[in-house]
Amino acid sequence: MQSASEVVTRTRAVEQTPAARANLPDRAWAAVLTVLGLAVLAVAAMIIAELLRVGGPALKHTGVIAFVGNSVWDVTRDVYGALPFIYGTLVTSGVALVLALPVSIGLALFLTEMAPARMRSIVSFPIALLAGIPSVVYGLWGLFVLVPILRNPIEPLLARTHLPIFTGAPIGLGYLAAGVVMAIMILPTITSIAIEVLQTVPGALREAALALGATRWEAIRIAVLPYARAGIVGATMLGLGRALGETMAVTMVIGNSPTIRASLFAPGYSLPAVIANEFAEASGDMQTGALAALGLLLFAVTVLLNIAARVLVRMSRRGPARVAA
Amino acid sequence: MKKIILIATLLSSAAFADKLLINGAGATFPFPIYSKWFSEYNKLHPDVQINYQSIGSGGGIKQITEKTVDFGASDAPMSAEEMGRAAGIQHIPTVMGAVVVVYNVSSISELRLSPETLAGIFLGKITRWNDPTLAKDNPKAKFPDAAITVVHRSDGSGTTSVFTDYLAKVSPEWKAGPGQGKSVNWPTGLGGKGNEGVTGTVKQTDGGIGYVELAYANQNKLTPAELKNHDGAWVKASLESVSAAAGKAEIPDDYRVSITDAPGKDAYPISGFTWLLVYKDQPDAQKGDALVRFLWWAIHDGQKMAAALDYAPLPAPLVRKVEATLKSITVQGKAVLAERK
Repeated sequence: MQSASEVVTRTRAVEQTPAARANLPDRAWAAVLTVLGLAVLAVAAMIIAELLRVGGPALKHTGVIAFVGNSVWDVTRDVYGALPFIYGTLVTSGVALVLALPVSIGLALFLTEMAPARMRSIVSFPIALLAGIPSVVYGLWGLFVLVPILRNPIEPLLARTHLPIFTGAPIGLGYLAAGVVMAIMILPTITSIAIEVLQTVPGALREAALALGATRWEAIRIAVLPYARAGIVGATMLGLGRALGETMAVTMVIGNSPTIRASLFAPGYSLPAVIANEFAEASGDMQTGALAALGLLLFAVTVLLNIAARVLVRMSRRGPARVAA
Repeated sequence: MKKIILIATLLSSAAFADKLLINGAGATFPFPIYSKWFSEYNKLHPDVQINYQSIGSGGGIKQITEKTVDFGASDAPMSAEEMGRAAGIQHIPTVMGAVVVVYNVSSISELRLSPETLAGIFLGKITRWNDPTLAKDNPKAKFPDAAITVVHRSDGSGTTSVFTDYLAKVSPEWKAGPGQGKSVNWPTGLGGKGNEGVTGTVKQTDGGIGYVELAYANQNKLTPAELKNHDGAWVKASLESVSAAAGKAEIPDDYRVSITDAPGKDAYPISGFTWLLVYKDQPDAQKGDALVRFLWWAIHDGQKMAAALDYAPLPAPLVRKVEATLKSITVQGKAVLAERK
């Protein structure tokens, strides 16, 4: 794989270099593109620099380890601990992924493998529509429609399982509500990318599996899914990225209580939600700084997850080869 | 045809040239009355146009400190630290508001809350509606055996600042615990974003209790609880009882004062001012002159528009005090309103 891409770049280099040397417009064009490309990096660098500048004093005051590890957030006393927000962000995103992933992939498989071609275009339209709804609308829907349904009957029903994650008073607002709303929000992202990915699976693979006597499900399992795995992981990571950064919809249904509880029924808080809630009225450098530091933390979580996604994609790319061997 | 266009262009450019643009930014709570004032004042004085961005009190304080706007607006008085950074800022009270306690218990239609009970509920010490302390003040009410769900604002807000200021005054335990501020470390309960978030959550949760602005409660037909004031009388929140809170309270010359738990038989205990923030010595001659004249209009004619929008007007003695303050505002060292009586 690597050697193949090296060959490609080398060939390109051989083809382009003399032309670029000879041709001034080409060189100018290349320079413009380079500047545009670097601009993205510059923007990211400036964001980090600004967050560090504003958040630095608060981080120094609290101490980085205490800031990340402490679970008390008391603005009045300038005590800032981000743990409840990190926890809430990860838990709600996790719930969203667990709920959205099977549905999205099932939907994508159905549309690409089972459904007639006309149906695909009919169903993908509302999926695209879902992606276009503003998040505050999802939040309001969550608060006025979903939360009452969760409070009664869903949460009392779940409580009967006696699992530790389903205990406590069924308030409706909390990690579960936020997770469900986010699941619906990331569903279109994952589904539409998964559809694109599944469409790239060569028909010959599918036909070969069927010719060997595989059922439709077996063909999907042994031929389609392994081929598309890398792309599906990528789709999931994009969905997760959206979930991590989701602000308005989450803050309206998560309960906004900076506590750490095992139960999904309990109210919690997330990193973007607390920034959105407190930044406008933040008084004093310490609070503003602490909120900027939370932004930095969110940035770090996103970067870490992106790296994890890259690693996952690499690993799953090797997957089919290993199966073949 | 060409002539007409030419004349039209000349006229419109002349109109633009004469228009004085004053920019302000700050609190969201008084935005409805401010935008009413600015548009009414513009009708009276077409040459003065006032723009206002309701970006929040914190933003208003920041912008007036950096002098990127001509005036700021805040629901909470500036702290000593903030005053230190913006030398020469004068607070001008414009209208008054109040914070009311709303609840959702289907079996009761009236509720009286003593300061101790209210603090106990928000501290998470009184957790059920059939608690004896509640029954003591409401002998006729039939309280259910249900949990109390506290709902507070999740976003930093002047409403929270006024509400926690009251709790800190009446409950030493609150003062030592969560304390006073635009956002505090709540011992219990759920956070709702904005007045609408708190109301929505209270309405949906059986046994919910929360606090919202009086104007918001009035417009949404919520029935607030009656509170026991400083003099021990039970009062409902109304524009009269809110104005009464500023009647007997001692108001310092910089107006940076909290009037929660104010003395007076009729005073509603969780009342507060909202302020415009202006420099005592206005840097721009034209704008400063227009701004001070507008303020004069706002504390007189403007007050008559307050009630319709659910803001309590300033009581008459306070208006006289503010008059004196406005007269002391100078534009490049010269008093604007010296000629006024």
